[in-house]
Amino acid sequence: MMNRLHPALRRILPQLITLVVVLGCNVLVFPDFFKIEMSNGRLYGSIIDILNRGAPVALLAIGMTLVIATKGIDLSVGAVMAICGAVAAAAVAGGSDVATAVVLALCAGIVCGLWNGFLVAVLNIQPIVATLILMVAGRGVAQLITEGVILTFTNEGLIFLGSGSLMALPMPFLIWLGFGVMTAIVVRKTALGLLIEAVGINLRASTLSGVRGNVLIVAVYAISGLCAATAGIIVAADIKGADANNAGLWLELDAILAVVIGGTSLLGGRFTLAGSLIGAMIIQSINTGILLSGFPPEFNLIIKAFIILVILIIQSPIVQSVLFAMRMPPDLSNDDAEPVEGGSARDRDASAQKEGMAP
Amino acid sequence: MNPRYLPLLATIAIFILAYALCYSQYPNMLSTRVVGNLLTDNAYLGIAAIGMTFVILTGGIDLSIGSVIAFTGVFIAVLLANTSMHPLSVFALALLISTCFGALMGGIIHTLEMPPFIVTLAGMFLARGMAFVLSTESIPITHDFYDTLQDVFFRVPGKGRLTLIGIIMIVTVIVGVVLAHRTRFGSYVYALGGGLPAAKLMGVPVARTTVCVYALSGFMAGLSGIVFSMYTSAGYSLAAVGVELDAIAAVVIGGTLLTGGSGFMIGTLIGVLIMGLIQTYIIFDGTLSSWWTKIVIGGLLFTFILLQRGLVWVTSRARI
Repeated sequence: MMNRLHPALRRILPQLITLVVVLGCNVLVFPDFFKIEMSNGRLYGSIIDILNRGAPVALLAIGMTLVIATKGIDLSVGAVMAICGAVAAAAVAGGSDVATAVVLALCAGIVCGLWNGFLVAVLNIQPIVATLILMVAGRGVAQLITEGVILTFTNEGLIFLGSGSLMALPMPFLIWLGFGVMTAIVVRKTALGLLIEAVGINLRASTLSGVRGNVLIVAVYAISGLCAATAGIIVAADIKGADANNAGLWLELDAILAVVIGGTSLLGGRFTLAGSLIGAMIIQSINTGILLSGFPPEFNLIIKAFIILVILIIQSPIVQSVLFAMRMPPDLSNDDAEPVEGGSARDRDASAQKEGMAP
Repeated sequence: MNPRYLPLLATIAIFILAYALCYSQYPNMLSTRVVGNLLTDNAYLGIAAIGMTFVILTGGIDLSIGSVIAFTGVFIAVLLANTSMHPLSVFALALLISTCFGALMGGIIHTLEMPPFIVTLAGMFLARGMAFVLSTESIPITHDFYDTLQDVFFRVPGKGRLTLIGIIMIVTVIVGVVLAHRTRFGSYVYALGGGLPAAKLMGVPVARTTVCVYALSGFMAGLSGIVFSMYTSAGYSLAAVGVELDAIAAVVIGGTLLTGGSGFMIGTLIGVLIMGLIQTYIIFDGTLSSWWTKIVIGGLLFTFILLQRGLVWVTSRARI
């Protein structure tokens, strides 16, 4: 049955099953979970809420996926969110219109990303350390912009981005969905995704074979900064103010978690955007589920810790080799259509990409 | 001169320069009282940073220490409030738990061959979550023994006080120096950071060293939690958020290479003191906001990382 599924779908199957299980648990504790109602021209319900509230982590996860695929990591996204939220708020407070504010904030995000990329690609600093600098200093910079207060604003246009709705769906959801689809098309319908994976597997080898690795690395950090900027605008618009201390606090960890749950290896070299987005939704479903169930929200962290542990065990080389040994069936020879699971997964992905790449 | 000493010397030079600058503006900065407070206020960070230095020397990272500090604090506060146990036995229990917690993370990192970053991230969530489960409110610690401990200090000339927790930090640093530079375990740690295959070939017990290093970091985080509870006289599950980042920053500013294999314990102490000095300066000044601390620390981090890159570049060219 497995091999009748589309390869892309089969790859994110474990994540989909996890999401369904989590949602199932939510229905058990809260029977009205799937109830969606329409009021004031907008849909309401727990599911809509998950799609809406999960927007910041989903957006960060898009950029983080690409960064992790190059064997990097971006710890600064939370601080970049704070900076960009502050820039947008300061811009509208200074009297400029929404478009200018958004463009300024997005530019600030890209500049932060370029700085990270410059440190990683040009100065050859380890990604964890390079992005740590902005993580530490970034909130200070955001405070500098807001001048130490929570900068509130009443600009309708900007608030619309955080809490408005379009076609009965909340704006944050539409933004992350649009961003995700756009990024997926750009990286998977061109050679870009393949090149990013090549850089993640071996930067030197791909540079020698003509890939401009350093340019790609700077680009993925810039995209990550752009995603963080968008998330920062949404968060600021949602609370109608820029809070330099708390906006995006620890969201970088949630984003990394979403990417890891999504099946992207932290060791770089392969990535799945859809998986990361589902991972973000899994995290948000757990959050919402715990809130609905009446459990104290404190259990959230413990559950997250155990999820990471389970994923680590599944992804670990030892368990992988055991699974690989178990899946070496005697009918290997007569089933030539089905490549062996695990070992050749990368080859299959690569060939799937090549099909996608063909003009 | 051995280029290995250069980052350490740079750290010391920056510390002296910064102190001289502060002194020229506020002559009181050199009083024993300020120095004593500098040690007391940064004791918990210093202790945690020593554990972190060992982990970073092996090329790893430990993100869980802030949460472990909070957990230890809440654990102590809850036990003291609800049982009649003596604080010393509670301390022993807390240290045992935090050490086992660290050892467990080390074991997972070694057996599952997973990046320390994500394993200790899980540890961070778990420890913080357990602290929340114990109590979400700040629990005051009112025990006679705590009052006795807080009254232990040496008076130094000039009305300065060397408190017990300041002394604990200094002792920890000395133990760290001896452990890192004078024992077999220390050389294993450096060897591991120098490169895993080479360490294996030299006969370094990789599994034992990895587990021990994270256990040591857990122990130091536990000790830091005890010191923190003495410092604040309370246990709060939201305390010490982000201490792991401060510790990493202190280690890097102290001249330890984040890729592992090179660095000095004493550098970490100076790194912690530099960060404390920035805060003290901002308090003395009174007009600057505290967020300047973050920006200055970020700038210092950048400077030191750049310096290290330069050194690596120079030494690798010298070999050719």
